[in-house]
Order: sequence, then structure tokens, then C-alpha cells
Amino acid sequence: MGELKLSSLNKAFGAVHVLHDIDLSVKDGEFVVFVGPSGCGKSTLLRIIAGLEDVTSGRIEIGGRDVGQLSPAERKIAMVFQSYALYPHMSVRKNLAFGLENLKFKRSEIDARIAEAARMLAIEPYLDRKPRQLSGGQRQRVAIGRAIVREPDIFLFDEPLSNLDAALRVQTRAEITRLHQQIKTTMIYVTHDQVEAMTMADKIVILRAGRVEQVGSPLELFDYPRNLFVAGFLGSPRMNIVRASIAGIGPEGASIDLGHGAVLPCDVDPAAVRPGQRVLAGIRPAHFQRVEEGGVPFVVQYYESLGTETYVYGALAETQEPIIVHETGHFAPPSGTRLAIAPMPGRLHVFDPDSELAIARRDAGQRRGAVHGN
Amino acid sequence: MAGTINPVAFLGRTRRRGRIDITDILSWLWLIGGTIAVLVPVVWAGLSSMKPEAEITRFPPSLLPRTTQQVVVPGYDRPLGLWTVTIDGESREMAMVRRIGIKAQMVDPENPAAPVSVDARTISPVQKLTIATENYSDPLERFNFLTYLKNSVFVTVVATILTLIVNAMAAFALSKYRFRGDKAVFVLIISTLMIPLTVVMVPAYMVIVGVGLVDNLWGVIIPTVASPTGVFLLRQYMLTIPDELIEAARVDAASEFRIFWRIVLPLTAPALAVLAIFSVLWRWNDFLWPLIVLSSRENFTLQIGLNAFQGEFSVQWHYILAMTFLSLLPVTVVFLFLQKYITTGIAGTGMK
Repeated sequence: MGELKLSSLNKAFGAVHVLHDIDLSVKDGEFVVFVGPSGCGKSTLLRIIAGLEDVTSGRIEIGGRDVGQLSPAERKIAMVFQSYALYPHMSVRKNLAFGLENLKFKRSEIDARIAEAARMLAIEPYLDRKPRQLSGGQRQRVAIGRAIVREPDIFLFDEPLSNLDAALRVQTRAEITRLHQQIKTTMIYVTHDQVEAMTMADKIVILRAGRVEQVGSPLELFDYPRNLFVAGFLGSPRMNIVRASIAGIGPEGASIDLGHGAVLPCDVDPAAVRPGQRVLAGIRPAHFQRVEEGGVPFVVQYYESLGTETYVYGALAETQEPIIVHETGHFAPPSGTRLAIAPMPGRLHVFDPDSELAIARRDAGQRRGAVHGN
Repeated sequence: MAGTINPVAFLGRTRRRGRIDITDILSWLWLIGGTIAVLVPVVWAGLSSMKPEAEITRFPPSLLPRTTQQVVVPGYDRPLGLWTVTIDGESREMAMVRRIGIKAQMVDPENPAAPVSVDARTISPVQKLTIATENYSDPLERFNFLTYLKNSVFVTVVATILTLIVNAMAAFALSKYRFRGDKAVFVLIISTLMIPLTVVMVPAYMVIVGVGLVDNLWGVIIPTVASPTGVFLLRQYMLTIPDELIEAARVDAASEFRIFWRIVLPLTAPALAVLAIFSVLWRWNDFLWPLIVLSSRENFTLQIGLNAFQGEFSVQWHYILAMTFLSLLPVTVVFLFLQKYITTGIAGTGMK
């Protein structure tokens, strides 16, 4: 069925190496999102899975079959393209029927599948229209419908929401999620939008420059980023990164010095660090809290009020490192206000400044297990 | 919307509202002059094709098809031409018996017994509007006009269909497949545009002789099928069809031929229509190549057949004009049907 396994996949266009040793396995029925900045190779990876692009080396298995030499149709995949790629000269009905006709389905079966897909996607009123007579959202649904009628083992989506306006994007996102719960087929979804990745995925694959940076559930990646890139890529606004050092290692574990005399306990594995070691501390804006004493001095520059929440922009008082702090509800500090802030317990990420990797946590094994259990 | 345009308001538009600018006058002059320049030869040919043979070469030339009225006068074998004669200040219509120098011998049809001699310079022919339908009917009966027409239609239709298919296939490969040397092949095809027909005529004829297609309509059709202009035109148009459509069709399990036939060809329709019009014009008006290849009368196309009216010593202008006018009609009809495609240009592709 819809399992997918990629082993040591490499792709080069001439001398340009765009994918490096990609290993990935996807379980049947999973919703996997490939996310990364533009040019990271996520679309190329999707097109390789689709069979639209050859691999330079490596192996692709779908449902246990090696599909490396098979055409897109033989791989039993269906793809929704960024531009929808509806056949402009055919009616919606013909667009949906085209693939089934090519596969020599019986007329009655074709009609039944089209009726079912049209009902599921609420496109029945438009079946006899041409694509150019439809709005962007309707075209999007037709494109998804064209994939559904094929009843593929795997759905591939290539940035399908990027041509929709913001409101429609949120709505269609929910529709795709609902569709996945309904038909329970493996879906692979490419996007550069980390919000789409966080909201839709069972499993996120973060790519950078042709390499997989981290694979995991959205919250696992959010809570335990493997490196600085993943930490910065997920979450909006970005995670604050400040220079820090390991203050000491005691019986309670290691403590970290954020400067300004703020020494806080942190949960890095004491065996992985030594006192005085220079590190980078990462704290998400939402994981700062205002404290009466013992915090880091922070000078407000300006703030953005969104009604339900407020983002305060400023800098650390001494080092001038820029910091964003998230506050729930209304909060209107005048420019120049000094606040004392501190990260919430267990929400401090520590990275090695040279390798940019996260330094191992004391209880990493247990936490990881807990996240998987959810 | 086209129906709601008020023709007077449409034609009366000026550059600046409410007053006539110099550019309005110039554009009207230019447009009227252009219309006349284009229309006059066609109209003249059309009107002249209905004139009797003698009238075509008359000087000064006349515009409308007219002929001298003739009467049968008892005592004369041939019908005589009717002329207006002024005798003693009285204008009368008389038949001319003969003409000697500046004197003409006239006879009154009512009273044929007494011919009178008058100054030929004072008489003028009595003419009336006629349509010389024999210009059209004679060639249709005496010459193999219908055979020529059938051959011309066959050559034009078959050559156009083959041209569209063959050139579209080449254009599809050159626009949508990446292969080693694709650019070189394209440049090679385009470069043949610069070789004039006269240069390749002899070798091409030798090939036709070699494959035994001399005096055969296929010998006219086949060498014209692959045209660099057509490949160029269609390739450039196909480049505008998004690759994603073709990939979508591939994911939809369509074979490469089905992609070509069901996706690419329909989307290339505007460019195909343009090429079809060109091809029809080229093949219909083609003269030199069919003249070389075809030798027996039953294989002549219309243009070669028309050439038969042009003898070594006499040119039968009245037949040539009539048949030329007839041969214009099919091309005009084709153009009327396909012209909307020329102006349609790139239709919405349904892509974002």
C-alpha cells in the first residue's frame, strides 16, 4: 500500500548536487510534510518520488516495490501541482476522467468515481465548466479531485496553497487535513510555510541544501530541535539566540550564565559540557516570562499589539543582542522601559556555537519516548 | 458587446472629443487610400471577368461590363452593331454595315434598303450592361475546370493536413523534450528557411524522378509537407504551454502520443489555424513546383490549368480573369472561417 522508503537517494543536475543521501521511511496513511527554505530540494525530492525526475543513485520503494524504473502512472501516485495544471481545454468532468480513461476504466466506474469525488469536494455544480471559469479555490479543489479519482497509494502535493489568498489558504488547509482523515491515504506535502507544516503534518521532514536536517512530529521538532537551523526555522517569530556560557556543574545539573549576572539552571546533560564552555542559548519569544528578580535586563524598543497577544521588540541591556518577547493579552510598555525577563523552566535550548548542534539533554531519552507515545 | 456599438459613433470617433484633429484626417486618408489600393484590383478583376472578350482590351478602359447592342437586319448574314448616328441634327440608332477609313456605312434597321455614309468620328456605339456568363460557362464545359479544381482541392487539403501533423510533431519534440543536440536540430531546420526554392528545385525534382512520383499529385504534396516556417511557428507557441500540464498528463497515465494528441494539439489550435491558413494559401497558389512535376492534363491543378489559356500567340484574358476569380473563392472562404483564430492569439490557459 502506501508505505514509502527512500534509501541513500542522491540527485545531481550536471555538476550541481541537489540532494545528498536522503533516507526516509513513511508509514501507510501518514501525512508527511517536506519543509525548508526555497532551493532546499524539497520539490525535487517530491518530483523524484513522483517519477518525474530520475535519481542519480539510491532506491525508492512504494508499498515494498522498487519503483525506480517505473513511470509515474505505474507508481500508483497522484500529484497536485502548484499551478494546479488543469487541462484548460477540458471541462472539469473531463479533467477528472482523463486519467481513468488512460487506464482503460469502464465508463460506469469513471462516472461513479467522479460523482463520489465531486460530492466529497463540493464541486458538483462546476462539473461542466472549463477551468478558466473557476475561482482559484475551486480550481484547487478540482486539482485535488483529479488526484482522488485515481485512488492512488500516495498523494503528492507540491505547494498547493501558494496561489491562494490568506483566508482561502487557512480554509483549504483544513479541508486537506479533513480529507486525509477521511480517506486515510499516505500524503506527502511540500511547502515552505512552517505554519502549514506545523498544522497539517503527522511527520515533518526539514530539509536544507539537499540534506535532511531533522524528521519528527511537529511538536517534537518544536520542542527538541536538533540544531540551530531547525530551531530557527520552526516557530514564528523566530527563536531568540543569545551568547552564553556554562556557569557550572553541580549536583542539580548544569547551570548557564546568560550574562548580566543571570545564572539559570538548565537541563543539558552535565557530561556533555564543561564549566566555562561558550554556548548559544535559544529561547522562543513565547517562552520568556517577566520576573521580579534574577532575570536578564531587557530594554523595550517597540511593540506589536495583535489584540490577543503582544510581541515586544527590544535588546538585552548590555550586549544589545536583539530579543523578541511574547506576552499574552494587552501589554503596552513605553519605549525604553527596562524589564527583567527569564526563560520558563525547561524551555531553554543550548547549542554548540561551532557545530550548531543542540547539546544533549539530561533526560532526552525519556522525553523523546513520551512525545512518541502521544 | 460588439452588437451594442453604434456604428455612427464608432466611425465618428476622433482623437480629441468633439473636434477633428490633423491625425483624424491623416488616418482617414491613409485608411481610405489603403482600402482602395487593396480593393481596386480585385474589384476590377471581378468586373472584367464578366466583360465580353473585346471589351477587356478596349481603350479607354471601362469599369462596368457592357457590350455593343446588335441587331439582325434583313439582307445581312451577320448581326450588325447598333450605333447612335446624328444626321441633319436628328439622332437616330443605325446598324453599321462596314467601315472604311473615317467613313462608316450605316443602315436603318427599319429600312435596310438604303445605306447612308456618315463620318465615323461622329458616331458612338449603343451599349447596355451585360454579364458575359460564357466567360465562366465555356471553360467549365470546354476545359477540364472541374478536374483542375478537384486536383487543387486534393493537393491543398491533403498537403495542409500532413503539414499540420508533421510540423506539430517536430515542434512538440523540439519544444517539450530535452535531448542532446535539440538546439542544433532546431537551428538546422530554421537555417533551411534561407535556401530559396529555386536552389533546391533541380535536386528535389531528381528525387521525385527517383521515387517515381513524376506527374503524380503526391509528387506535388510530399516535398512541401515539412516546412521550417511551420516548425518554428508551432514550436514557439508550444513553448508557452506549461510543462506542468504535460507532467500532470504523465502522472495521469497518458502515453506520450496521447499527451501530444489530447493535450498539446488542442492547446496549439490558434497556431495551427495560422499555419493552416498559410498552408492553404501556399498550396492553392503554388505554381512553379506543380508546373515542373505535373505533365498530363488530367493531373493539372487549377493554377497550371489557367496557364493553358495563355497560348503562344494569344492570351484569352476573359477566361483567365473569370477562372482566376473563381480560384480566389475557396481561399477566401477558408480565411473567413479561420480568421478568428488569428486574432484570438493566446487563449487563457487555465493556469495561474
